[in-house]
Amino acid sequence: MTKLLLLMLEGTFTSLRIFFLTLLFSLPLGLLVAKGRMSRHRIISSLVNGYIMIMRGTPLILQLIFVYFAPYYILGASTDRFTAVIIAYVINYAAYFAEIYRGGIQSIPQGQLEASSVLGFTKIHTFSHVVMPQVVKRIIPAMGNEVITLVKDTALAQTIGVAELFRVAQNAAAREFSTMPIFIAGVFYFVMNAIVSKSFDLIERKLNYYR
Amino acid sequence: MSIITVKQVKKKFSTLEVLKEISFSLEEGEVLSIIGPSGSGKSTLLRCITNLETIDSGTIVIGGDTLVETNNQGTTIYADKATISRIRLRVGLVFQNFNLFPHFSVLRNITEAPRHVLNTPKKEATEQAYTLLEKMGLADKASAYPYQLSGGQQQRVSIARALALHPQVLCFDEPTSALDPELTGEILEVIKELANEQMTMMVVTHEMAFARDISDRVIFMDDGLIVEAGSPDQVLVNPKNERTKRFLSRFGS
Ligand SMILES: Nc1ncnc2c1ncn2[C@@H]1O[C@H](COP(=O)(O)OP(=O)(O)OP(=O)(O)O)[C@@H](O)[C@H]1O
Ligand SMILES: [Mg+2]
Repeated sequence: MTKLLLLMLEGTFTSLRIFFLTLLFSLPLGLLVAKGRMSRHRIISSLVNGYIMIMRGTPLILQLIFVYFAPYYILGASTDRFTAVIIAYVINYAAYFAEIYRGGIQSIPQGQLEASSVLGFTKIHTFSHVVMPQVVKRIIPAMGNEVITLVKDTALAQTIGVAELFRVAQNAAAREFSTMPIFIAGVFYFVMNAIVSKSFDLIERKLNYYR
Repeated sequence: MSIITVKQVKKKFSTLEVLKEISFSLEEGEVLSIIGPSGSGKSTLLRCITNLETIDSGTIVIGGDTLVETNNQGTTIYADKATISRIRLRVGLVFQNFNLFPHFSVLRNITEAPRHVLNTPKKEATEQAYTLLEKMGLADKASAYPYQLSGGQQQRVSIARALALHPQVLCFDEPTSALDPELTGEILEVIKELANEQMTMMVVTHEMAFARDISDRVIFMDDGLIVEAGSPDQVLVNPKNERTKRFLSRFGS
């Protein structure tokens, strides 16, 4: 039993690495994608829109397989499994985050941008000090949903053979002819998401000092 | 010397001609009121002067620097970025619906621009903000957030915010229209006080009694044109133009 738990903790560690690395890269990338989507240049905005539609319109598992196998067929060289997972998750989640950012950015009243302009703020100052802080507050609930989904999506990494929590649990279940490890994994996911929701609640409360 | 000179300014929104050859000037220390029916182009005019909208042709000179002009070849050219930033700070704008930054305290709403645009040291910017708040009767609200204030208080903060940049001209676009009637008085009072201090101002307003009271000059706009201009008595009491008369009769004065 202790051995099983240790194995599962190791799997959890892999899941967490996928989780944090995905967030680390997709959160900023999403902002860039959102900017591209809102670009005044038709070509940029439609290219970015195409990317977002593909990312949101096809299963993540398919994108994962594509990212892992495409380099092999095209270049004859394969990517490291874990790297492929991170790339696939980052480009997928960046698309979802981008749409959330975009909604948030567009919800900032035009009047505040005009006030910023009349006060002489630079575009960068307006974006970083006027727009973004308010965007963060507005998108927290939607972001919470996405991040919870990401915790569960880490289980898909096993498709290309990465030994994350769920794969470890399944292997153990097969070895011991018992579904117990799977249910234990379920508890692990539940705990991780409880922490995620709690954190988002905290952030939300912290940002409640203004309306 | 004129602080603002506007010559033959034209502005279209696609096919709609909103400003059709507007010319006027604003002298130092002068209070100019702009009145006129809805859609006549009053806000657009203020927005062109504050560079929130670009004009199609004409000249705008602010504080001796040309913001935009149409040359002999008929091309309309705006000043370069650096000049525009410099000119822009000479004109403050107070909006109808305040447009305060909701995530900043009252104090930070006022200090943000001096600190980051004029690079005023924090201590100095803060002291100045307190002086302005004092003047607006809001000394105790420095740490409040905009949502905690009444409309009238929010508008006074937004006036303080504009004044913090020491503009040469302060423009108001219907500063009391979003307020309950019992709150308009306190804003008009503040503007009156600024007028007494020789602040140069352009005020778009529907408050005729107020316009008559504070203005040195009144402009009546209709359909993108300045129909009548002159002293408050000339325009508001003894208007010559039929359109002005018709407009004023609606206010029962
Ligand atoms: N961004 C815009 N795009 C298209 N049309 C616009 C735009 N801004 C204003 N207009 C139009 O220009 C005309 C003048 O508008 P403006 O806001 O300057 O009028 P106003 O005199 O300030 O009216 P009010 O007293 O109602 O504030 C109106 O017909 C308005 O619909
Ligand atoms: Mg208007």
